[in-house]
Amino acid sequence: MHIIPQLVFILILAAGIYLFSAKARYIRKNILMGRDEVLNDRPELRWRNVLLLAFGQKKMFKNPLVAVMHFIIYAGFIIINIEVLEIILDGILGTHRLFAAPLGPMYALLINLFECLAVGVIVVCVIFLVRRNILHIRRFMSKDLNGWPRSDANYILITEIILMSLFLTMNATDTLLQSRGYGHYAEHITGNFLFSEKLHSPFNGLSSGQLAFIERSAWWLHIVGIIAFLNYLPYSKHLHILLAFPNAYYASLEPKGKMHNMPDIQKEVRYAMQPELIPANAPQATAHKFGARDVMDLSWKNLLDAYACTECGRCTAACPANITGKLLSPRMIMMKTRDRLEEVGQKRKAMQNWQDDGKSLLHDYITEEELRACTTCNACVEECPVSISPLDIILQMRRYLIMEESNAPQEWNSTFSNIENNFAPWKFSPEERDQWAKD
Amino acid sequence: MKVSVMADLAATGTQPEILFWVGCSGSFDVRAQKITRAFAAILNKLNIQYAILGKEEACTGDPARRAGNEFLFQMMAYNNIQVLNGYGIKKIVTTCPHCFNILKNEYPELGGHYEVIHHTVFLQQLIDEGKIVMKEDGPFKGKKITYHDSCYLGRANGIYEAPRKILEALDIALTEMKRCGSKGLCCGAGGAQMFKEDEPGNKRINIERTEEALQTNANIIAAACPFCNTMMTDGVKNKEKEAEVQVLDIAELIEQSMA
Repeated sequence: MHIIPQLVFILILAAGIYLFSAKARYIRKNILMGRDEVLNDRPELRWRNVLLLAFGQKKMFKNPLVAVMHFIIYAGFIIINIEVLEIILDGILGTHRLFAAPLGPMYALLINLFECLAVGVIVVCVIFLVRRNILHIRRFMSKDLNGWPRSDANYILITEIILMSLFLTMNATDTLLQSRGYGHYAEHITGNFLFSEKLHSPFNGLSSGQLAFIERSAWWLHIVGIIAFLNYLPYSKHLHILLAFPNAYYASLEPKGKMHNMPDIQKEVRYAMQPELIPANAPQATAHKFGARDVMDLSWKNLLDAYACTECGRCTAACPANITGKLLSPRMIMMKTRDRLEEVGQKRKAMQNWQDDGKSLLHDYITEEELRACTTCNACVEECPVSISPLDIILQMRRYLIMEESNAPQEWNSTFSNIENNFAPWKFSPEERDQWAKD
Repeated sequence: MKVSVMADLAATGTQPEILFWVGCSGSFDVRAQKITRAFAAILNKLNIQYAILGKEEACTGDPARRAGNEFLFQMMAYNNIQVLNGYGIKKIVTTCPHCFNILKNEYPELGGHYEVIHHTVFLQQLIDEGKIVMKEDGPFKGKKITYHDSCYLGRANGIYEAPRKILEALDIALTEMKRCGSKGLCCGAGGAQMFKEDEPGNKRINIERTEEALQTNANIIAAACPFCNTMMTDGVKNKEKEAEVQVLDIAELIEQSMA
């Protein structure tokens, strides 16, 4: 009889891990649909970014109050995992509070710390729910989040509150049963804990059998909830808790103003200027696609960016185009890239050798008007707490518009022809370039 | 004014200390020409050996590249690098953050390796070295000033301090806008926006930024980019404040304050 809960637990855990790893492989495959880009130079700087930007959440501290609150959730999440380890081992081995005996007095100290974090997480999640839904903060009220994204954010906060409440309930009923010397609970006397102790009064009136039922239910719901949450991550903006780390590692180390070079075009221009450099046995120029039309044309880092985006909207709140009412929202650039990537990923999964669905990221998801509103000011890149560059995607799609579709506003076409013929974006005579010195 | 042109210097076998990259705006735009002349006047006053490329200078290709026209950019870059390398140029100073960014960050992988300095950094060094000395009672002393960060200087290249240190040296009361430094709001000109109308929206970006600058009640809006200067000047005109508020480049502020 004893073995059945253990078997059920192992089954649930195994299923949870299997499903998550299958989804993780799917996401990895989607990301690798992107163009190759080598991003592993200067590892010491990259690890530094992981420490400062991901672990240290440096960018968040531009707004210290929100940063501290976010840090409480984050620390709670990471540190409480030690407790989750105990719960998992208990579940597999059929033990109860496995770490209590070996850790001795340290155990109560640890659980007290976890309870502090749990209460901290609950308080912050409530504040965040209020910030998102009641206070009129522009980046949360934005239509960018209409529908699923807004619900997603709320589900996460509510789930965290529920999980932490289950943890406290579990401790409250457990310690109460200990004091009553009931069953196996009496074998692990941990003493009361800081916060769950406060919950004793509502439970006091219940029989020990009822308490044990509540304790077990809380224990099971807590761990099953965590496993379910893990499997929810890949469908959610909450995936950033995992992908912020690789995203910080692979973040660009170049000055923000530097655009990616296009060596193919560089070579073509050099051969046009110096035909003597063309190798005698040069292969015929192959058909190139310049810039990005769809997710497969973007770099894998752009696609990792899309999955790492937590839709916080700091980019959009800082975007000069968005602030002045233009269609462009850097957050939407990331969300649409992820949506399109998911669409292509699903179609590829459903059909072997899938090639084309007649749709593309450009036009079907992201419009010219959005792309043309960008001033390349880098405010979105500067703001992003998880090292995303919406600008990099915008610039690649602009290249496609101009070079593959010859799709430019009339003013830009004039600018191009002025640069080409007069060597300046305006129609002045190059002969007058040094006129300023002569007046 | 006396300005040496590289071709003439090369003919006599002399190499200047620095090449002054003027940029298209600084060469042709009537307002920006004043910035160019102010910077050249400072160089002349300090007897710094410099030259311009003159008619041999051409657009760096920045607006073309950022609009998406990589072919045109590569052509411009190729020709400019041929000219610069032909003269053996080592050190370039420019008054335009867009030229600065592209020469410093994007020309090297195309074969153009130079030490590239923006004029605010260059001038700040000269102040630090005691080469630029200010008048006792400069024309801007006690005036209220706000500094508008250029995106291509600030976020793009991390230069926030040099222009502010210069303003300190000018003994001017600096009042920061709410969005300043790394949070500075764009003037609206970058990414080739200078050369087209804003996309549909409810406001022009330069108006949004000018309103913010005017809220500081500054008498002077300092800029360090000819494009920002144009956008802010237009904004001030739009708000009919040109009688009270001037938009001036850091180089102009120094030139008028030098002893």
